[in-house]
Amino acid sequence: MAGHPRPLSPHLQIYRRQLTSVTSILHRLTGIGLSIGLLYLVCWLVAAATGAEAFDRLQGFNGSFIGRLLLFGWTLAFFYHLLNGIRHLSWDAGWGFDLPTAYKTGWTALIGAAVLTLLAWIIGYYQMGSF
Amino acid sequence: MDEIVSKGTTGGPASESNFAHRSMRSSIARARGLGSAKEGVGHWWVQRLTALALIPLGLWFVASVVHLAGADHAAIKLWLGAPFTLGALVLTIVAAFYHAVLGLQVVIEDYIHQTAVKLTLIILIQFAAFALAATAIVALLVVFIG
Repeated sequence: MAGHPRPLSPHLQIYRRQLTSVTSILHRLTGIGLSIGLLYLVCWLVAAATGAEAFDRLQGFNGSFIGRLLLFGWTLAFFYHLLNGIRHLSWDAGWGFDLPTAYKTGWTALIGAAVLTLLAWIIGYYQMGSF
Repeated sequence: MDEIVSKGTTGGPASESNFAHRSMRSSIARARGLGSAKEGVGHWWVQRLTALALIPLGLWFVASVVHLAGADHAAIKLWLGAPFTLGALVLTIVAAFYHAVLGLQVVIEDYIHQTAVKLTLIILIQFAAFALAATAIVALLVVFIG
């Protein structure tokens, strides 16, 4: 190992920001966030199995300001990680790794995630009969 | 031949001059041995397989949850009582936890360099993922049967 230098992960404090590096680190951050979301999903299922009282209490928290903020964050993280993940899979298949395409697909993942998140929440509120 | 192999395996200064600085490639000898972790592309491949599976599963799950917005316990029990929900949710949970473990492992390996801390974290995450996935599946079965 010592005699054969390997590539290093970028040191985020001194690495100059570019769209491609921002989309990359966001993929990791949303991945970590979604892992925590998975933990919350387990809590939700356990509450559903425990009974009506426990489940209603958790649903009550979901409806609170902090609950909605968390769920909104997880929705945004999910759609970003999904779209950017498809971008990664297409790179693995050998498509779109040139810089102009990587920038185009990067913006698509960012804007697409915002649009899909808003759409999901509008449908969600419509389901609840809020408008 | 002997000489080339021994240079490749030791990776000493003699072989370094044959490689470009900071090359993405490791020597053929290490590649033939499936790399230092001896698992070849297994980690990389399963990360992609679970990613592929999670495209339809994740979309189905989020669409379901949006549809269930504000649902009470009776509505949730009805949804979780359907065999399709049980099957699809078990697949989603297994794929998601597997994908999460592989992803978190790479993040830990990239940013934590003390071997003891790194190994402890990876082992804890693997145990936690198995325990949490089992908990979720048991909870699903309790609702499904009950």
